[in-house]
Amino acid sequence: MPLRIIALSYIGLLIALPVGFVFYKAFQHGFLAAWNSVTTPDALSALWLTLGVVVIAVTMDTIFGVGVSLILARHRFPGVWLLDAFVDLPLALSPVVVGISLILVYGRTGWFGNWLAAHGIEVIFSLPGIVMASATVALPYVVRSVLPVLQEIGTDQEQAAATLGASTFTVFRRITLPSIRRGLAYGVTLTTARVLGEFGAVLVVSGAILGKTQTMTLFIQSSIENLDPTGAFAGAVILILISIVVLALLGSEAKDERRTSRWRSRSHQSPSVTEMPLLSTT
Amino acid sequence: MLYRALGPSLAITYLSLLVLLPIAAILSTAFAGGWGAFWAAVSQPEAVAALRLTLLASAGVALFNSIAGLLIAWVLVRDDFRGKRIVSAIIDLPFALPTIVAGLTLLALYGPSSPFHLDVANSRWGIIFALAFVTLPFSVRSVQPVLAEFDREAEEAAASLGASSAVVWRRIILPSIAPAMLAGIGLAFARAVGEFGSVVLISGNIPFKTEVASSWIYSLSQSDDLGAAAAVSVVLILIALVVLLAIGALRRKFDISEAI
Repeated sequence: MPLRIIALSYIGLLIALPVGFVFYKAFQHGFLAAWNSVTTPDALSALWLTLGVVVIAVTMDTIFGVGVSLILARHRFPGVWLLDAFVDLPLALSPVVVGISLILVYGRTGWFGNWLAAHGIEVIFSLPGIVMASATVALPYVVRSVLPVLQEIGTDQEQAAATLGASTFTVFRRITLPSIRRGLAYGVTLTTARVLGEFGAVLVVSGAILGKTQTMTLFIQSSIENLDPTGAFAGAVILILISIVVLALLGSEAKDERRTSRWRSRSHQSPSVTEMPLLSTT
Repeated sequence: MLYRALGPSLAITYLSLLVLLPIAAILSTAFAGGWGAFWAAVSQPEAVAALRLTLLASAGVALFNSIAGLLIAWVLVRDDFRGKRIVSAIIDLPFALPTIVAGLTLLALYGPSSPFHLDVANSRWGIIFALAFVTLPFSVRSVQPVLAEFDREAEEAAASLGASSAVVWRRIILPSIAPAMLAGIGLAFARAVGEFGSVVLISGNIPFKTEVASSWIYSLSQSDDLGAAAAVSVVLILIALVVLLAIGALRRKFDISEAI
């Protein structure tokens, strides 16, 4: 019993209390004050930018993730383990490092700097850079969620469909896709949460130009620095609410997972509810 | 025949543009001035201070949270009470929360305007709090599955043979969960070493006092010293890679499934 109290106190002090406090601080001066601080033009453009980045980056990573999972699961070629390792690499990188690495390639003095400038393409300090940074940090999640499923279900059904005359695309659409649906949903949810919350990499890559290249996370930070705590907390509330929705989605996926995970958990590469984003520092 | 190469080619291209080329650029820039320049950047006093603080704080937090995580996992697995599901969801909150929001909440609660008058802002304790926050899920979720799958027969047999709780713990339970705990420590450590968003607000980034490695790299990038930034980045990358490889080897050796 005392053990329970200690555990709950630790969790309460460390996690539950701080988050609850954010809500309190956001609405401390009334709902209207909070509303006003997140409906300023800068705040709204940050919100729209964030949502836009999420849609683009998550779509990119999902397509790539499914594609790479198919390659890794179905094809045997020398160096396949290398591809696997490289896909996992972003998990080991500090977000600031990710941002700097992108600047070194796509910045004005970077490897492609001259070429990009000659073609009038702006990557760093602009939307493409933010999208790339976000896509990079969240790269592994779809692969890690879908690949184990693909490896486990095998190719029998797909081969059967092919012998019955189905085209590659039909096989993919009607057999492969439905079978990875749960893992895919899980991976997409993780990716979305990751992109939503990205801070360090985007800070480095975007220059945090007010009203232009500020995402919600950057808006929160600049609000604190500009002594607008209400704005910061209100922005945080918005992100927390979206995060809760994401957690809820994960939870409902998890409920289905728990039923099937018992027989899956014997094998090495089974996805499970606790296969949460590793090293997902933002 | 050609279209079969299309998929892999596109995948490799995507990976190259986002990961491979940037990492190569970091390595190339870090050593652009040769080993001398690399070493100079890494042995700069502020860099050394930042790295030392980062490594010590991360290790300390990883170790402490492994014990806290074990405790919490124990309660989750062996105890039953109303609201357990909510508690379990709360533990995962740091996963889903943007780190800057995590930093903000910690700053609000344990900073200058703290309702408890507990102000750890601009101090190393603030860093500890932040790192503990973001790594707790790793510590809990790495031992929880092992505890859940644990066969209690051995425990009960030992107890029936007269072993005290301490002995049961030391000789039966601990050895079984030790590999998973080690993996959890490693994951928490690797995560903490690169942490930025949650630390940056509460630490104050005071050079030589509360500046962590990621903050130092950030300020280097802001003053356009990309060579030094790349060099210190290489150090962080190496540390994370070494830890990850060690965990991978640990998992393979002790046959721990990848439920974190």
